[in-house]
Order: sequence, then structure tokens, then C-alpha cells
Amino acid sequence: MLAYLVKRVFQAIAVMFAISLVSFAIQDNLGDPLRELVGQSVSDEVRQQLRDELGLNDSFLQQYIRFIGNALQGDLGTSYFFKEPALDVIMKKLPATLELVFGATIIIIGLSVPLGVYTAIKPNAIASRIIMGASIIGISVPVFLTAIGMIFVFSVELRWLPSFGRGDIVHMWGPWSTNFATVDGWAHILMPSIALASIMLPLFVRLIRAEMMETLQSEYVKYAKAKGIHPFRIYFVHALKNTLLPVITVGGVQIGTMVAYTILTETVFQWPGMGFMFLEAVNRVDTPLIVAYLIVVGFIFVVTNTIVDLIYGLVNPTVNLARMGA
Amino acid sequence: MSLLSVRDLTVKFAMRDDTVTALNQISFDLAKGERLGIVGESGAGKSITGFSLMNLISKPGFIDNGQILFDGEDVAQMSDKALRDMRGNRMAMIFQDPMVTLNPVLTIGQQMVETLRAHRKLSKAEAAQIAIVKLREVYIPSPEERMDQYPHELSGGMRQRIIIAMALLLDPQLIIADEPTTALDVTIQADIMELLLELCQSNKVGLILITHDLGVVSQMTERTLVMYAGRIIEAGKTREIINDPQHPYTQGLINALPQQTLPGQKLKQIPGTMPSLTAIPRGCPFSPRCQYAVENCRNTLPEVVQYAGIEVACHEVKRLHNDRLEQSA
Repeated sequence: MLAYLVKRVFQAIAVMFAISLVSFAIQDNLGDPLRELVGQSVSDEVRQQLRDELGLNDSFLQQYIRFIGNALQGDLGTSYFFKEPALDVIMKKLPATLELVFGATIIIIGLSVPLGVYTAIKPNAIASRIIMGASIIGISVPVFLTAIGMIFVFSVELRWLPSFGRGDIVHMWGPWSTNFATVDGWAHILMPSIALASIMLPLFVRLIRAEMMETLQSEYVKYAKAKGIHPFRIYFVHALKNTLLPVITVGGVQIGTMVAYTILTETVFQWPGMGFMFLEAVNRVDTPLIVAYLIVVGFIFVVTNTIVDLIYGLVNPTVNLARMGA
Repeated sequence: MSLLSVRDLTVKFAMRDDTVTALNQISFDLAKGERLGIVGESGAGKSITGFSLMNLISKPGFIDNGQILFDGEDVAQMSDKALRDMRGNRMAMIFQDPMVTLNPVLTIGQQMVETLRAHRKLSKAEAAQIAIVKLREVYIPSPEERMDQYPHELSGGMRQRIIIAMALLLDPQLIIADEPTTALDVTIQADIMELLLELCQSNKVGLILITHDLGVVSQMTERTLVMYAGRIIEAGKTREIINDPQHPYTQGLINALPQQTLPGQKLKQIPGTMPSLTAIPRGCPFSPRCQYAVENCRNTLPEVVQYAGIEVACHEVKRLHNDRLEQSA
């Protein structure tokens, strides 16, 4: 178990290293940071001097090694716009994004399992056909359109739900303030969560349905029937457990992807998270913030995947974590 | 009264346009504690017979007609609840491949305990005690430890023993074993068969053994059905069928056994293959492969007749029998 853990951590470090290299390499292609830092009136000599001070004239390798050295100490550079460490800026925005992803994940898990199981058990029922048809629409319609459509219906026409921002949030700990403590907070997070879930939910319904249908054809399900086991137990103990094994793996990757999808959702709903922040940083050519964002998202990706692999090993008895370290 | 009485059982499969008949008017009886073998090539309808006795034919297959009287009740007409009460309890089944029969994510103990608790009001601990006793009966070493193990931690032979133990958990009246050793190592096959025979005899359990191996049938069963293209073509006492088969197909099966051939000689095979269910020949379904077939065989389906103590569906049975007697004389 420990050996496997160590192996996974080493893999994660290697992936992070690659991510850092790619993100850092981008920054040379994002335009001249001096243009954003100083006004039009600054002379060329001063500009050149600033370049030297900022180390922008050093070779790529020198700059990269300096970047990694600082990054290991938790310093991902200073945002040109906020004049604060980029990591601090992101950390202030991170809780809002994670709460949004959490809300969407709850919706996805809460709906995809029952819908997927139902459509697998009763593939010819009218309700199943409606669910499968709706899932195609869900996959096809882009997030921003779903979001704008919802704002139009529920905020503009019906005036049921607020259209932007986080609303009443309650401070919890450090940079973390939560939406889930007040009714107003719930009202604010509802539509963004649904919008964010709208792409992944149909995908998961279809995935669970396909896996479940395959499992229901297996010999061990037929054998369970031959033993006189009640259908509910066959569906939810015999079949679902086997169905969820591959779903867990895909799910882990998708949670990471969802963090990236928040850029669209947060922009439409003016959600003060790091996706919205990233888009602003791109507009302002705030290079250190862009690079820091990529690295933080990459880090979240790597961590969720590692955790998911460990969970998979615990759920699936045929994976022996103790032996896999060897 | 017999334990099981199957009358005119017909099973069909719905295809895109029409239906194909997988079992055609099958009739047979099984007495309490009797052991019956069902033999035939792949595609003859042996497994479908086994599954339909439990009313476990999965879509697009369905029981079209006929009765399956088990202990006086018609399995074909039972409610879902009554079927659940029967399956695994009064009638148990042993599947072909133990590597895929057990659920990979549940422990042996969980799978045995759930079977007991599906049919009897028992606590988990009580059920586990019964399960351990049954595992000991099938010679599983240290059964207490096996209870917490997952199927992949055990060998194929061990798994099939566990499945036999599961079949016996609720002291059923009948066990249907569908080629229980086909997927196993040859060295283990004999052990498993011996175990199954021993347990059926000591517990007075009826057995329907589905196999393509006539050697196994002769050791294990008292009566035998020979199936071809969804029909029973020969039925009778196993000893008589093995010693003096009346149907040319059964003769071909016995001649094809390696024991019937001297070392170095080619095995005697039956020419051709079993017809597909969508293209069953007119007349006697075996006629295109039968070296004795005459005009009548190709036009009319033979009725089942009693001949020399055996039920056989062959027009020419009398002539062929007399020919054989002359030859040996």
C-alpha cells in the first residue's frame, strides 16, 4: 500500500513538472508584460532597465529554473494587475470555484446513478427514451447557452432566482466563505451548478447506462437470478457495484475537467471564482497569474486523479494495492 | 409421482421478422432423486432446456408452449415471486464456467449468505454457519477463511466446488448442472463429477446433467436424453443407450468417442454439422448427415416410438436394428 502510494506520488510529481514546463513556456508568447506594467510615456531605456530587473532578458532555461525554485517555495510570481502574489490571488478565488464544482458534482452523482440505472433496467420505457433524448440535447448544447437560457427564464421572466454573483456568503475559515449556509447562498449557487453539470450529467447517465446494461448481461447476474435473489438486490448490489468501477475512473478525470469548465459558467454568472479571474487575467495579459492558474488547475487534476486511483483500488477487490507497489 | 414432468415444451426466440424454434415439443419425466443426462452437440438445445426448467430464458427467448410441472406446479405459469421462491431453493443450478459465475466484487461468504437469506429467515451469523458446513462438505480447506475471500483469489476447481456447495445450501430437490466441468482442467473434471455424484446420492437430490460427454453421462446418470436440433431423438436407460443405441445420431456420438478408436486411427466423426435453428431441414432433422437415410426420412418428421425399451425418433429404427443383429451374427 505504502509502496503504491509512493509510486503514485512520484508519478504525480513528474506530471506536475511537465505541466509547469508547458505553462511556463506559454508566457513568452503572451505579449509584452511591460506594456501592461508601465504607461505609454516611459522611455525605452527605462523599459530596458525594468526588463533586466524583472529578469526578462535572461535565457529561457535560467528563467525556468528560477521559476521552479520559487514555485517550490510557494511563490508562483506576482500578479501584474493585483500587485500581490499570484497564488494568494488564486487562493482567494479558489473556494468559490470549488463550491461550484461541488454543487455540480452533487447534482451529477445524485441524478446520474438513478437515471442511468433506470434507463438500463427499462431500456424501452417511454421515460427512458425521454431521458436518453434529453441527454443528447444536454451534451449538444454548450454551457454558456444553457446558462443564458436559464437566466432568461428563471431570473428575467419568472424572477425566481438571482442571475449573478454569490449572494449571502458566510465566512468559514481562511479564504473560504460558503454559499451553503444561507438560503440566499443556495439560491445563487443553484443555476451555476446546474449549468456546470449540464454537460457532464448526460455523459454520466449514458456511461452508467451502458456499463449497467453490459453488467446485466453477465453470467453472475444470471446466476444471482438462478439463486432466487430479489431483483433490487441484483440491481443495486450485484450489478451497480460492478457498474461503478469504470465510472469512478472516468469520474475522477471529469471532476478535473469541470474545474476547467468553470471558466464559461463563472463568466456568464459573474461568479467570483478563479475561472472568471482567469479570463480577466487573459484580457489583462497578467502572465504570472495565467501561469499560476494553469499550475493550480493542473495540480487539482493530478490530486483528484491520484485520489480516484486509490479509491478504485479500495473498491475493486481484484486490485491489490499492497502488491502494486512492486 | 414424478418430481419433474415436462410436456410439449416449446421455446422460441423472437428474431427481427419472425421467430425461430429452439426447443420443439420436448417431453420427459424425472423421478425424485433420479439422475438424468442430456447429451448432444453444441446448439442442440441442451442449455436452453436447462434454463427453461428454471424459467430463466432471457429475451428475446420465451416459452411458447408446454408445461413444466415441478412438484405439481407449472414453472412456465409461475408468478415472479413464486419463481424466486423456487430458484436456488427447491431447484438449484450449477453454471458452466466458474470463472465468470461468481460476482467478482462480493466475497464468497456474502454470496452464500445472501442465497440462504433470500429463502429463509436467518441472521447473517446463522447463515454463515450453514455456509461453512456446506463448504466443508465439498472439501474446501479452511472454509472459515474462504468466506472472506473474493472469487479471484480462488482457483477454477475451488470455485466450482463452492458453486456446488451453494447449490446444496437449501437442500434442493433438483440440481441442474450445465456442463459443470467444461471450463475446468481435465485433471479436476473427474474430481468435480465424483463430488457431484456423491453429494446427489447422499442427499437424495435429483440431477439433470447437461453435457456433450457420453463417458460422463454413463458414469453419472441413470437415464439419458439425446437431443438434436431442439428435439429429443432418443431417450431411455443410460446403460441401454450406451450399450445399444438405436438412433444413428447416438451411434455416431458413441463411435466418435476416443475409446472406440484404436491408437493411431483417426477418430470417427459424424459428417457435417448441426443445422442452424433458422434452417432446420425438412423431415428428420438429422437426415442430411445420416448415412442410412432413405426418401421417407427427408420428407416426414419421425414420431417417437418405443423400440427395444428405448424411446427413439427414427423411421428406420427396426430395419437398422435387424441389420446390426445380422452383422453380429
